Amino acid sequence: MAEYSVFSLVRNALTGHKNWQRAWRDPEPKPSYDVVIVGGGGHGLATAFYLAKVHGIRNVAVLEKGWLGGGNTGRNTTIVRSNYMLDDNSHFYEKSLQLWEQLSHELNFNVMFSQRGVLNLAHSDGQMDRFARRGNSMRLNGVDAELLDRNQVKKMVPHLDFSEEARFPIYGGLLQPRGGTARHDAVAWGLARGADRLGVDIIQNCEVTGFKRSGNRIEAVETSRGTIGCGKIGFAVAGNTGYLASRLGLKLPIESHVLQAFVSEPLKPFFDHVVTFGAEHFYLSQSDKGGLVFGGDLDMYNSYAQRGNLPTIDHVMRAGLAMVPSISRLRLLRHWGGVMDMSMDGSPIIGKSPIDNLYLNCGWCYGGFKATPGSGWVFAHTIAEDAPHPLNAGLRLDRFERGHLIDEEATGAVPGKH
Amino acid sequence: MLYIDCPYCGSRGHEEFTYIGDATKKRPDSAEKSDSAWFDYVYLRDNPRGPHLELWHHSLGCREVVKVLRNTLTHEILGAGRPGDEIAMPDAETER
Ligand SMILES: Cc1cc2nc3c(=O)[nH]c(=O)nc-3n(C[C@H](O)[C@H](O)[C@H](O)COP(=O)(O)OP(=O)(O)OC[C@H]3O[C@@H](n4cnc5c(N)ncnc54)[C@H](O)[C@@H]3O)c2cc1C
Ligand SMILES: [Zn+2]
Repeated sequence: MAEYSVFSLVRNALTGHKNWQRAWRDPEPKPSYDVVIVGGGGHGLATAFYLAKVHGIRNVAVLEKGWLGGGNTGRNTTIVRSNYMLDDNSHFYEKSLQLWEQLSHELNFNVMFSQRGVLNLAHSDGQMDRFARRGNSMRLNGVDAELLDRNQVKKMVPHLDFSEEARFPIYGGLLQPRGGTARHDAVAWGLARGADRLGVDIIQNCEVTGFKRSGNRIEAVETSRGTIGCGKIGFAVAGNTGYLASRLGLKLPIESHVLQAFVSEPLKPFFDHVVTFGAEHFYLSQSDKGGLVFGGDLDMYNSYAQRGNLPTIDHVMRAGLAMVPSISRLRLLRHWGGVMDMSMDGSPIIGKSPIDNLYLNCGWCYGGFKATPGSGWVFAHTIAEDAPHPLNAGLRLDRFERGHLIDEEATGAVPGKH
Repeated sequence: MLYIDCPYCGSRGHEEFTYIGDATKKRPDSAEKSDSAWFDYVYLRDNPRGPHLELWHHSLGCREVVKVLRNTLTHEILGAGRPGDEIAMPDAETER
């Protein structure tokens, strides 16, 4: 398949854009593969891409029950950052951010990674102290962080509520300048094209419904397109992990919950950064098409429904108005929900499972989009080497049982964390 | 809005309630010494796609805890009662 370049763009423009080739093949499934990845979201595709590219394992299939990126990869609010405090998260997410910084070049596909800065607002002295601590931890781990006072925040984002009447006055904020957003569909498409070019079979409309086991191994997966044998198998199915695991009799420290997101009618550029409210759960950025993209909290009850409920919408809008009063007359264009794999300590699980040739990639909570390349990088390593990469050694499944939680919020075992 | 039939107050919108979670988890006896029993209780969840027994706190109502059977795929509420009540699961394996 042809390289994309300014020349291919000009050539195709001159021929009326009628001769673009398809970006990836649509193969029939083979009887078996060395590695089967279940889930064609960003994580599954990135895993296949790095398996082929870094580990030379090319007899790989990605099985997707719907269409590529139709899960959370295509439903999220696209924020990318690495502003974590605890070492296991910090080093992992920073690696992911570094991969983002070169992803468009690596894939020959513009994922529109925009490092516009992610700013977390603080509304009390206590919150400022906490941000100072988190910022210092980040800097000690080599991650960029700047603590801003009220005036610096005001200069940067003047449309926030700096008035006397503000319900939650802004004291300052923690900025990660290298954070930002990326175009979610482009990430799925670019990774799919990249993996396909290295020989990976991407098979859509192929739902995994069961497993053929022998001893403590999975020999094959039953799918809506027939039985497919597998040497090794990796799950990257986000909110559907619990369901697939139950088919294997595995119980996991995960609950599936619904998270909603929203986009407004398009506006001229007015919001240049990603800003998160510190008094409520709300965050906002402006897309390249001009729509304001924002989100809030989970609906807070277990759900596999991919749709949310009105009270949460009301709550998110109220928080939005408290942060940016000038959007009060804006109309909402669309809203949607995604099924989130909420782990019990708020951090992801990437590693081996109790079944010999099954590997798990799940527990992404609110924030797995930013992890896409990093997750693929370490998951491919884990599958290829049958051992974790140093960057996901701490993110293993048995950390809960061993008491080695990675709990950024330090609030104990609850499945609603960030 | 989900409407939950509180056994004390009648049908109320779910925004009056605070979700607690899985109602099938039983706290081990405090003398229980095995790590695995506590691990299971604190961290592991069945997380079913389909009927789910769960607890809701009627925090803006009678402040009692209510047990609810709800389908996590459709959000349909299949029954509600007091925490000690048995709520019958639908027979057909409604897509677990
Ligand atoms: C509203 C919302 C906002 C979010 N905002 C952000 C954000 O700003 N920043 C951030 O970093 N993260 C965010 N996230 C989280 C992020 O989107 C996810 O963690 C991430 O995209 C997960 O990627 P994935 O590839 O693991 O999952 P997905 O993209 O969900 O891919 C899993 C795929 O598996 C497929 N699948 C499931 N079951 C089967 C089966 N049985 N057989 C075959 N295929 C199957 C699904 O169809 C799906 O395509 C948000 C999520 C939501 C819902
Ligand atoms: Zn009541």
